[in-house]
Amino acid sequence: MNSGPRATGTSIRDRADLLARIMITPAVLYIAVMIGFPFILAILYSLSDATTGDPTLHIIGLQNFRDILADPVFRTSLKNTFVFALVSQTLVIVLSRILATALMADFRGKWLVRFLVMLPWTAPISLGTIGWLWMFDSIFSPIDWILRKIGLLGAPGALLGPMQNLYWLGEPFLAMASVVTVHVWRLLPLATVIQLAGLSSIPRDLLEAAEVDGATALRKTLEITIPLTMPIISIAFLFGLIFTFTDMTVVYVLTRGGPIHMTQVLSTWTFFKGIEGGDLAQGAAVSLFMFPVLAGIAILVLRVARRTEVV
Amino acid sequence: MARVELENISKLFGATTAVNEVNLQTIEGEFLVLLGPSGCGKTTLLRMIAGIETPSSGDIVIDGEKVTHLPPRTRNIAMVFQSYALYPHMTVFKNIAFPLRTRGVDRTAIREKVEQAAGMFGIGSLLERKPRELSGGERQRVALARAIVREPSVFLLDEPLSNLDAILRASAREELRLFQRRLGVTTVYVTHDQVEAMGLGDRIVVMNKGRVHQVGTPPEIYQWPADTFVATFVGSPPMNLIEQGDVLAGFRPETFLPAGPATENEGFVTYPFQVTWLEYLGAERLVYGDIGEKCCARHVVSRLPGNISIPIEPGKTYPFAVAKKAIRHFDRASGRLIDTGKT
Repeated sequence: MNSGPRATGTSIRDRADLLARIMITPAVLYIAVMIGFPFILAILYSLSDATTGDPTLHIIGLQNFRDILADPVFRTSLKNTFVFALVSQTLVIVLSRILATALMADFRGKWLVRFLVMLPWTAPISLGTIGWLWMFDSIFSPIDWILRKIGLLGAPGALLGPMQNLYWLGEPFLAMASVVTVHVWRLLPLATVIQLAGLSSIPRDLLEAAEVDGATALRKTLEITIPLTMPIISIAFLFGLIFTFTDMTVVYVLTRGGPIHMTQVLSTWTFFKGIEGGDLAQGAAVSLFMFPVLAGIAILVLRVARRTEVV
Repeated sequence: MARVELENISKLFGATTAVNEVNLQTIEGEFLVLLGPSGCGKTTLLRMIAGIETPSSGDIVIDGEKVTHLPPRTRNIAMVFQSYALYPHMTVFKNIAFPLRTRGVDRTAIREKVEQAAGMFGIGSLLERKPRELSGGERQRVALARAIVREPSVFLLDEPLSNLDAILRASAREELRLFQRRLGVTTVYVTHDQVEAMGLGDRIVVMNKGRVHQVGTPPEIYQWPADTFVATFVGSPPMNLIEQGDVLAGFRPETFLPAGPATENEGFVTYPFQVTWLEYLGAERLVYGDIGEKCCARHVVSRLPGNISIPIEPGKTYPFAVAKKAIRHFDRASGRLIDTGKT
């Protein structure tokens, strides 16, 4: 029997507008409670004289900002944050490009190589960094051991000097290089996967057309592959910047900002100042310096992502 | 202008043979069509001429020079891909200029040649656009302009019309033929569409399962198919094949017409035609039915032009006749044409 349209009122499943509002509510709540509230709190703290002993909000204006800007450690942290993020991400982009190109080719045991490449990404960052702590150990460093074995270190007249160890985390330059190395190790898998996706999204026809049009391998790379994967390279780069910029684990576990604050970054300085030092107000002020940079990167990511959709 | 010679070309992909011992020579300036069903190896053959694919065995000779293992850029060929393969990040101008830049042509010469090629295809006003802003027909013209701008010695086309809608396809076919005539470039064209092949080709190469079945002009292919594959692949509806002992007799649907006073003589064979189905197509009628005793292959089609208006109904039997000289005979076991002495 055909009864025509149901006489009973439409159920909630038919109300697209209402359904949409219900489904977006958890996301809005999450942003408001877990991101919006702490962010506003951080701004208020940065304008107050709150400490961990007395967290009452007593607004004193911009004094905290004046204080931290006068602090040379803060300026080192700010500079280091940029240096670490930019240097490690530049290395990551170049290396992941090479890895991704290698992984595009067919060879035996490819699955094993892919698995190994992905491995650092699956390890918790703190555990991975603790592993690296041993690699950079002042006495038992395997890197130093290898250098000694091949005669580059520990012998009179050796290229890297006559001492037995390099003291990776004790020398300012080597400590910075160590932090960068761990960041690169950590983010290389993600960037490689992103670049692989980019490379495999280029239609084979295009590369073949370029070949028939007379392009050499170099020209194909410079004029076809790189321009076509530029949006996705940018996204990998910007994501990596955010990851490095906001990360405190690597520096905290490896050097605690040392030697003498030479590897201090904004995130570790926030922690040392605000939590360990108890000065919540100044800690909040330090962390707020990351905001304009991160907001800028986020806008870039969204823009690039939108441009990618069009092509 | 060049000659392409394929000597015993084979191509294996793993255990499958995509192209099987193909021998083929183009004639200078001709329009050669490779025709066959999908997977017959025609595109692989084209890609080997282009140099994108290397033959497993055999040699490719262009203008007397062996190029079998040389990369594409040494061959001075142009290829239009089925997808057109326009560079999406470059403007139309840069797309067309690309093959010239790889050859190191200087800027002023590039501008001149690009504008000339673009003018030839009526896309001079689109030079600053990106491919995604173009219609299907415009993209195809850009791909053609990019191909001819380098003045290639051989022009390769891989189903360039298959992405166009039906109306555009007919006009594009005509344009393609006219411009090829004008340039006189040796052209190899791949298609699975036999109408396209018949309409465009000076000669047609019919391929199936990696092998060449027949090479000939469109009338030769249509009138004297070398075997039953060619007979049934070319022509729509295909050639009728009926069993007569060890021989298959074949005739085209348009030669199988109602019997009348004119067909009552030595030159014709008459069959009782049990009609099972009828299609009215405007300019013609297609009549499906069976002839002869009940055996395996006796289902045939008749194609009646619009001017034969005698009433025909499904379920009835009519006398139909076919001229003896329109009948071809094929060996039943090998499928090869037995008749000789083409006229």
